[in-house]
Amino acid sequence: MYTDQVMDHFRNPRNKGKLENYSAVGKVGQVVCGDVMWVYIKVGEDDQGREVISDISWETYGCAAAIATSSMVSEMAKGKSLDEAIDITNREVAEGLGGLPPVKMHCSALAADALNEAIYEYLSQNGREIPEVLEQRHQRVAKQMAVLEKRYQSLLQEQGVSDHGTGSSG
Amino acid sequence: MDRVIYLDHSATTPVAPEVLEAMAPYHREHYGNASSLHVYGRKARSAMEESRGAIAERLGVRAEEIVFTSGATEANNLALVGAAYSSAERRHLVTTAIEHHAVLHTARWLEKLGYSVTFVSPDSSGRVDPQAIGEAVQDDTFLVSVMAGNNELGTTQPIEEIGGLCRERGVLFHTDAVQAFGKVPLAMDSVDLLSASAHKLHGPKGVGLLFVRSGVRLTPLFHGGGHEGGRRSGTENVPGIVGLAKATKISFSEQDESAPRLRALRERLIEGVTRVPGSRLNGHRENSLPHIANFSFEAIEGESLVLKLDEEGIAVSTGSACSSPDLEPSHVLVAIGVPPAMVHGSLRVSTGRETTSEDIERFLEILPRAVESLRAYSPFRVGESDVH
Ligand SMILES: Cc1ncc(COP(=O)(O)O)c(C=O)c1O
Ligand code: FES
Repeated sequence: MYTDQVMDHFRNPRNKGKLENYSAVGKVGQVVCGDVMWVYIKVGEDDQGREVISDISWETYGCAAAIATSSMVSEMAKGKSLDEAIDITNREVAEGLGGLPPVKMHCSALAADALNEAIYEYLSQNGREIPEVLEQRHQRVAKQMAVLEKRYQSLLQEQGVSDHGTGSSG
Repeated sequence: MDRVIYLDHSATTPVAPEVLEAMAPYHREHYGNASSLHVYGRKARSAMEESRGAIAERLGVRAEEIVFTSGATEANNLALVGAAYSSAERRHLVTTAIEHHAVLHTARWLEKLGYSVTFVSPDSSGRVDPQAIGEAVQDDTFLVSVMAGNNELGTTQPIEEIGGLCRERGVLFHTDAVQAFGKVPLAMDSVDLLSASAHKLHGPKGVGLLFVRSGVRLTPLFHGGGHEGGRRSGTENVPGIVGLAKATKISFSEQDESAPRLRALRERLIEGVTRVPGSRLNGHRENSLPHIANFSFEAIEGESLVLKLDEEGIAVSTGSACSSPDLEPSHVLVAIGVPPAMVHGSLRVSTGRETTSEDIERFLEILPRAVESLRAYSPFRVGESDVH
């Protein structure tokens, strides 16, 4: 079902764990859906004074595809300028892994989204202008999170539980 | 790689050597069509009828009450749909929320056809209260279907009580006994219909049976040559039926020995696994089939745990959404109220004839490391209650 590249990244995940002294973190997903991804970035400057992702890591709760895409996106983004990193698409992440089973494509969406959210947080923290594409993606992710939250609450209701807190991502 | 330790017997089992041996002649020499008049046909028919008789004797029922099918999915469909179609006025079915999809999805399909269905919820251990079944039965209920033992949890149901209650109310009672068959005693007197499948008891895939109590009318699903007394047309799978009979014979005659042995392995499993921090047993410690145990682990997801263990030479399964084609978590784990944060982190371990206590010890050695390695890069920590 999975390509060799997926299995390689799953077995030997790159840049895993929490980053010390990170500049920003992007959080996406919902435990009720079985996938949560947190991407940590550290922003530095390269020789030309461009802002680059000097270090990156992730913590992921999810299937092998989710872990492999986290690992892949971290490899793809490391050393890139923020502008370049914003342009990393879900499709590129999946292609980098030699493809994902159709049902698992949402896992690659999560990885790129989490990276985007981290960059978004970094720029907003520093009072910087948010590029249009980034803002749009951020809005889309926020909307999805709201949908997931609803699903979570309805699952609790189905189970007859009502006091499981509010369900923010963390 | 060393030998892979197979702990997924509730998915399927290896065919026992004796079973293979018993089947082989019916592929090689005695390959006749059981309906043919010549010597090949007679040989095939007599093997099939001997098999039917032997199974019936084990179950304490009559030979003509056994209908061979292509497996339990078909047997369950025949029981539910066959009973629905043959009852003109009664339009209501009672079943549970934790049935195998072969019952659950058949019930949902009947709903689409205009029948009404009550899905009775189990308690947090997966046990269904007979009283709740009784309350669900209506004047127009044509069938109650409650599985004997759950394929994900192992939890067993009070079949005798439910059967007695159905009889009092004049309603047919079906049980999906796929996982219980050959593992625990079956209350045959209490049921009208019972499904079983060969490949769960070290027999071949693609063959099973439906016990149909004399006098119970079922509309057939398959129309054709009128095989199986008109209840299931289609050239009989004679080698498979011979294999099913042999597998039944072995599992029933070994049951007194195997059940306590598997139960002891299960106890050891529960004791060992629940020592892993942030773990829990899903299901019931005592009211259970001897060969299935289900666990959940905080902060990790089931599919990745299964693949991690696969890497280490352990074959098990999960009820995680990420492993299912529709990305929905196990309806069984949801129905028994496994907390959302743990419903995706489940692991089902199921043992069989060739499982040894060394296998279990090896599994218990490997498991904590696999869990820890995934937790090392999970955003959640064990013991954080609100991890969603
Ligand atoms: C409880 C239960 N019912 C029905 C089935 C379906 O049986 P079969 O594979 O013979 O169609 C299975 C196994 O998959 C099962 O565990
Ligand atoms: S995390 Fe659920 S399918 Fe990948």
